[in-house]
Formats: sequence, structure tokens, C-alpha cells
Amino acid sequence: MNDESVYDGLLGGDSSQWAFGTDFEDPLAGVDTTVPAGIDATELAVYCLMLGDDTLVLSQRLSEWCSRAPELEEDIALANFALDLLGQARLLLARAAAADPSIVPPLPEGSPVPAEDALAYFREAGQFRNVRMAEVPNGDFAHVVVRLLLFSIARLAVLQRLRGSADAVLAAVAAKGVKELAYHRDWAGRWFVTLALGTDESRRRLLTALEQLWPLHDELFTAHPIEKSLAAAVDPGEVRAEADAVLDQVLAVAEVERPEPIGTRGRTGRDGLHTEALSLMLAEMQVVARAHPMGLW
Amino acid sequence: MTVLERAAAVAAEVRDPEMPMLTLADLGVLRDVRVEGDVVVASITPTYSGCPAMATMRDDLVHRLTDAGFARVEVRVVLEPAWSSDWITEHGRAALRDAGLSPPGPAPTVGGPIPLLLGPTRRVLTCPLCGSDRTERVSEFGSTACKALYRCTDCREPFDHVKEI
Repeated sequence: MNDESVYDGLLGGDSSQWAFGTDFEDPLAGVDTTVPAGIDATELAVYCLMLGDDTLVLSQRLSEWCSRAPELEEDIALANFALDLLGQARLLLARAAAADPSIVPPLPEGSPVPAEDALAYFREAGQFRNVRMAEVPNGDFAHVVVRLLLFSIARLAVLQRLRGSADAVLAAVAAKGVKELAYHRDWAGRWFVTLALGTDESRRRLLTALEQLWPLHDELFTAHPIEKSLAAAVDPGEVRAEADAVLDQVLAVAEVERPEPIGTRGRTGRDGLHTEALSLMLAEMQVVARAHPMGLW
Repeated sequence: MTVLERAAAVAAEVRDPEMPMLTLADLGVLRDVRVEGDVVVASITPTYSGCPAMATMRDDLVHRLTDAGFARVEVRVVLEPAWSSDWITEHGRAALRDAGLSPPGPAPTVGGPIPLLLGPTRRVLTCPLCGSDRTERVSEFGSTACKALYRCTDCREPFDHVKEI
């Protein structure tokens, strides 16, 4: 095989691989996925679904921006973030399935669909555990900036602590994610300031997006009982102060007042309660996989 | 040459699918090669969580080792410690420059609070094509997750910079 051509691998060999690098691999191949002593395997799996669904759903929303951003550079940036979050989702869903295989939706016997894909493509909206901030439909460019800023500030704070998780797999996923969330957050922070201090129109759009997304901000820090009880988890409520401090820094530079707090009541995305938008998004995302449960991609 | 040395030498020559001037060893992605019974076990670590080249790297390792006569090959993923651009070897950095890419500077330190950076990322780079240090950033995000796009204001040529992470 010629080392200089990445396409040579397509010729000959395994005929089940129909395009470059599209065959499945287990993102945790060879990783010790034993659940540590004292950790409830089902709770760990559900916690991994919570974090993994956040990144899967937000990744899907970000990838909807592909070819639609105002500039090519920002289009690539958003696709990059979507890819990072999708990579994190794969690891987290694979970790969930390895911790407790009973959470994986059953597929026809002999289906080649791996567990991470069964979780992504064969669950209903009510089985998704993501925060609703991740699922609301895209708006304008200010909307994606505000959503990414609010989400990445909160997620970075959680991942920083999760690096010390009692579950070594989660700790490793978090350590990698910290590096990625750091530049997602900085990109969103820069655009937040740019739009806030730009033209009257850019500021108006930014403030509108902030007002639209703010009611979902509190949920980012509202702990589900598992996030409190699981020793391997991070209670998002405990990182709220440091996340608030970062947001306040951005707001101060952008000369934007922090909106009045809006609390979260009742069931949340973590319990499987979602907006209608998630069902519509999943219908599109899952339709091909569901039509071909025996498909080999 | 022992079986292990031979296997390690073959694995070390497998190249990155996106930056074929780099071997997986140069890139710092190949973490370990060992022989367990009659199985060659190669361990690789992803550069970025979503790096789509991982599947190809794994397949290439399996194919190259199989072609070299090792019947049983297993590729394992190592997640910890997370990959750092600091792991690109000196040889790899020279290969990047020779191919017209700008190698990464020192990676930011991890651990402790992560400062919010609201200014643009500033780097002092040398144009890998003409050697000028007058360069400007075109886009922080480039053709792959690991690269930023720059342009030299002297020779006017664009070039990729491998990012620090």
C-alpha cells in the first residue's frame, strides 16, 4: 500500500467497507470498562446517557449549521465543535452501554448496529436525558453563539471536576473534553462580545437570543437525583458559582446585564421531559437507521 | 530482531491518514506495541474526541502488521492521558515543516482553572514555505480539527498550522 495515498485502503480487502473510514469501531476497544466497586452500574449508565445525550443532541443542532454560517471560517468552526461533541457522545454512549447493557434498545437478532448507535438511533425522545438547552431549534447566528456560550461554560466546569471521577473511563473522557470545551467556550465568548458591541442590529439580535435561551439556563445546573447520588458523577449545582463567574466576565466585557434568574420547576430533560423540537429533530436524525436496522454502514 | 522489535518497527511506520508525512509514532498517537502470546497488541490514543481518522489508523495498523506476517493483531484505544500536541516528535515536526505545515508550539498546561480568553489566539509562527515570521491568521479552524489556517504576508502563500492542545 502506498503510504502517500489515503485512498489506497479502499481498493481490495474488506468489501463491507464501502467508503473511506466508514466502518464501525468500538471507541472503547481495549479500554477497561469494569464498573468500579461501590458504583451502581445502572446509575452510571444513566449518568453517561445524560452527558452523552447533551453532546449528541447539541452536535446535531450544530451540524445543521453546516453550509449556513455567515462566513466560511465560522461554518468550519461550528462543524468542528459538532465533531468534538459527537466524539464525546460516542465515548459516553459506549461507556453507558458497557456499564449496563440492559439500557441498549433491543434490535432484530443479528443486527450489526453497535450499542452506541442503538442508543443514538433507536430511542424515543422520552428516553433521551439531555438538557433542553441542547435541543431547541436553531435561530440566527446570535442564537448559536449564546447557546454555545451558556452550554460550554456549564459543561467545562462540570468536566473539570469530572476529571477526578471515581469511574476511570468518565475521568478520561472528561480530561479530553476539557481541552475541547475550552476553545468552544472562548469562541462563543468572543462572538458574544463582538455581537454585543457591534451594530445596533447585532446587539439587538444577541439580546433577543439571550432572552430566548435564558429560561433554559437554570436547568444546566439543576441536578437530577442520580447526579447527586452517584459517586462517579458531578453535581452541576456545585459548579454553578464558578460558571456564573465566567459568564459574568463575558457579560461585563459585552456590557450586557445578566437577566433575572428564571428557575426550573418539575420534570426536566434529565427525566425525559422534552420540547416538541426534540421529537422532530430525532425523526430526521434517526429515520434512515430505523428503516434499516440490519444495515451495515 | 525479536518478534516485538519487528512488530514495533512495522507499527511505527504506519502513517497518519490526514497528515501522511507523519507516522503514528511521530504524531504521538501510537502509545504502545506489545506481544501477548501470539497476538500483537498496538495501543493508540485519539488526538481529538471526534477524530474521524481513528478508524482508518486502526485499520491501517491491522493491515500493515498482517501484511508483515503477524497473523493476530489487536488495536486498543488508550484514553488516558489525553493526547497532547507536545507528543509530536522532533522528527515529526521537521516532517511537517518539510511538507509545508507549521508545527505546534508548546501546548497550554492542563490542570487548575482554565482562563477565559476573549482575545484572538496569537501565535508567532514561521512560514514553513519561505521562513518569514510575518504571518497572519485566516481561520482558527481549518481543514481538520487539529489545524488552523494561516497566510504568509511575505510570500503570500497560505499554510496550515497544527494547533496546540
